[in-house]
Amino acid sequence: MADIETHEYDVLVIGAGGAGLRAAVESSALGARTGLICKSLLGKAHTVMAEGGIAAAMGNVYSEDNWQVHFRDTMRGGKMLNNWRMAQIHAQEAPDRVKELEEWGALFDRTADGRILQRDFGGHRYARLAHVGDRTGLEMIRTLQQHAVHRGIDVYQECTINRLLKDGDRVSGALGYWRETGRMVLFRAKAVVIATGGLGKVFSITSNSWEGTGDGHSLAMQAGADMIDMEFVQFHPTGMVWPPSVRGILVTEGVRGDGGTLKNTSGERFMFNYIPPMFAAETADTEAEADRWYDDKVNARRTPDLLPRDEVARAINAEVKAGRGTPHGGVFLDIASRRSAEYIKRRLPSMYHQFMQLAGVDITKEPMEVGPTAHYAMGGVRVDAETAASTVPGLYAAGEVAGGMHGSNRLGGNSLSDLVVFGRRAGENAAKYALGLSALPAVDAGEVSERSAAILKPFEGGRENPYTLHRELQDCMHVNVGIIRTESEMKQALAKIDDLRERLANVQVEGNIQYNPGWHLALDMEHMLHVAEAITRAAIERQESRGGHTRDDFPGTSGDFGKVNVVVRLRPSGMGVTQEPLPVMPDELKKLFEE
Amino acid sequence: MPQAHLKVWRGGNDGEYVEYDVEYEEGMVVLDVVHRLQATQAGDLAVRWNCKAGKCGSCSAEINGKPKLQCMCQMGTFEAGETITIAPLKAFPLIRDLVTDVSWNFRVAETMPELKLSPPDADGHRRMHQIDIDREQEFRKCIECFICQDVCHVIRDHPENQSVFAGPRFFTQLANVAMHPLDQNPSSATVAHGFGLDYCNITKCCTEVCPEGIHITDNAIIPLKERRVDEYYDPVKALIRKISGKK
Repeated sequence: MADIETHEYDVLVIGAGGAGLRAAVESSALGARTGLICKSLLGKAHTVMAEGGIAAAMGNVYSEDNWQVHFRDTMRGGKMLNNWRMAQIHAQEAPDRVKELEEWGALFDRTADGRILQRDFGGHRYARLAHVGDRTGLEMIRTLQQHAVHRGIDVYQECTINRLLKDGDRVSGALGYWRETGRMVLFRAKAVVIATGGLGKVFSITSNSWEGTGDGHSLAMQAGADMIDMEFVQFHPTGMVWPPSVRGILVTEGVRGDGGTLKNTSGERFMFNYIPPMFAAETADTEAEADRWYDDKVNARRTPDLLPRDEVARAINAEVKAGRGTPHGGVFLDIASRRSAEYIKRRLPSMYHQFMQLAGVDITKEPMEVGPTAHYAMGGVRVDAETAASTVPGLYAAGEVAGGMHGSNRLGGNSLSDLVVFGRRAGENAAKYALGLSALPAVDAGEVSERSAAILKPFEGGRENPYTLHRELQDCMHVNVGIIRTESEMKQALAKIDDLRERLANVQVEGNIQYNPGWHLALDMEHMLHVAEAITRAAIERQESRGGHTRDDFPGTSGDFGKVNVVVRLRPSGMGVTQEPLPVMPDELKKLFEE
Repeated sequence: MPQAHLKVWRGGNDGEYVEYDVEYEEGMVVLDVVHRLQATQAGDLAVRWNCKAGKCGSCSAEINGKPKLQCMCQMGTFEAGETITIAPLKAFPLIRDLVTDVSWNFRVAETMPELKLSPPDADGHRRMHQIDIDREQEFRKCIECFICQDVCHVIRDHPENQSVFAGPRFFTQLANVAMHPLDQNPSSATVAHGFGLDYCNITKCCTEVCPEGIHITDNAIIPLKERRVDEYYDPVKALIRKISGKK
């Protein structure tokens, strides 16, 4: 172990998107020596892709808005499976976090009187998303990044963590490698915050970048942490479907928030046929009322184009299955016929640019072709709502990798706010925990050298191509554990995952250890297989349909399953699944749902 | 399926161009073809990428001699049978294949001045009008692809200038601080002092290559230069600085 580059920190933050950066800033501000690790260059994390905005009940556009309404929207969007306390903290603290971003330099679009402008989004009763055109995530990550680099935080760029290390029950550090040189690096730390984002790369059609391989989910699971809600994967209803090379790339919900509408090939606005009873009272049932709503939220009900994402994704899926989809297997999203070219270019500049350059489509003149794309993992590390602590002492999680906040389905705009609300809490509590420990926990030298050898094993000679294994996993998950699921198909997926795991042991990468993407993929595959198995096992266990989990063999929601989380634990004997009761919401909050 | 004929830089400084034929489909971009090459013929080909939608600025390379994002470069823009040469950015030290060491940019970022905003209004809100932030929002579209840094001849031809010249990407960041309606830093001239703005002779190469279409020269560099002339080279103020010993 003496020959391994070693660094020591009070708090080690893994992941430098919105949650990781915010955690590192907070930890450092409390006086904890803080290291921040990113798999890519700083500022390239998936947060940069977020488009629509950050949800916060500031009431700048509708003064009727407040945290109670935001909380209610979030819980209903998650089909009441959310950890109520996380949803409450999130709704209460988001406005302060938005103002803090502004203090640090973020320049949100403005209202006529100069305050932060807020836009409409699916499932939010009022215009609530602070935004910068359709590049809000870029604004957020750049603001946090520029703030963080002046705070004495050590940043490790293009560094991948492969294992968490433990001293008895508690976390004691992490082992990883530099992508550039391929050399091992050991971090000893009193506390670790996981903020690694999502797992979309387990599926073949996804909005996620190469980084979304579920590393944090897998690292936490391997360290013994409880995982919850892994069955809930959000398929964003509007990804690009053509050309094939951009299939899955996101089309912001802001298109619909700003007046765009979904149509099938007969030109019918089909969302009116898919209004579920839960949302019927507040959803327009005629086109005229829906169109009036954009300007008059008091006397008209919201358009069904802006139902929560799970509802819209299922509706599109059903239209395509019924033969009313476009030749490329999507539906139309039309804003061209509904808003002026000048308005579209001002409100949706990146979308205009993206379709023009990647698909040759002028969205001010023609409709877009869109379809569902794997976008977000609701499930993740089970955390304490107040502190973001996992079930492993010293291990914290925030952002997409944490579970509970969004229940079975996340509302658009609630992700960016989640990152800063719980990123801050994770950083704060990790720092407090670390500063309370007198000495660094121990690292097992034998484990480090054993693991280092395992990391290099793909060079030793087998015959499986890592790219092929990855493609097979993605295809299998997409077909068998995708938007619509049945038990028999999911059992096939489990068998395939076992098969892929055996073949991964025989993987062969070419070249040397210096900046070698094939090798990196081979190592990420282990994480993806753990994550795929967790999703599949949890999805088999939940014998109902709810939010981002639709079972063909159990099409309705079940009252019993509405009271439990499915919990996944990885143990030496294998992966176990149990049902455990949800935290119970206090009566004063329950009243918010009685109207 | 059509075939692309690629010439891709392989290895470090002592490397060479290697030619590959790769099948591609309608609608693909250069990055897709590079990925297919990786998956089928060159598993260890080093290339940076993240979003594949022109939003993260990771996949910058010199394609047929022009710095571009590989993810926004359509295969349809090339002639049938044309050789497509893909090289790493020239202005930065080469690591391997298409990946360069861009860490200098991150070191410059640490030297950038921070905003110091005036306190919020009594109700907790800060008020700024859209018209007053339009220009700063343009600068903030920057995706940090560093293509502007790559083409700027002040550093491309003279790497030694990296110690005194921040480069176009950071001039937009300085301009953002200088022009922020609520910023309380002493003056935009001092904010932009010490970053080598004077080395720029406004040839607009940076503006031409910016994938976000930011008017770097016209909207950031020239106004900053003008402010510096007005404020920093004002003879009376220069005298006061000399007496007071401030920069």
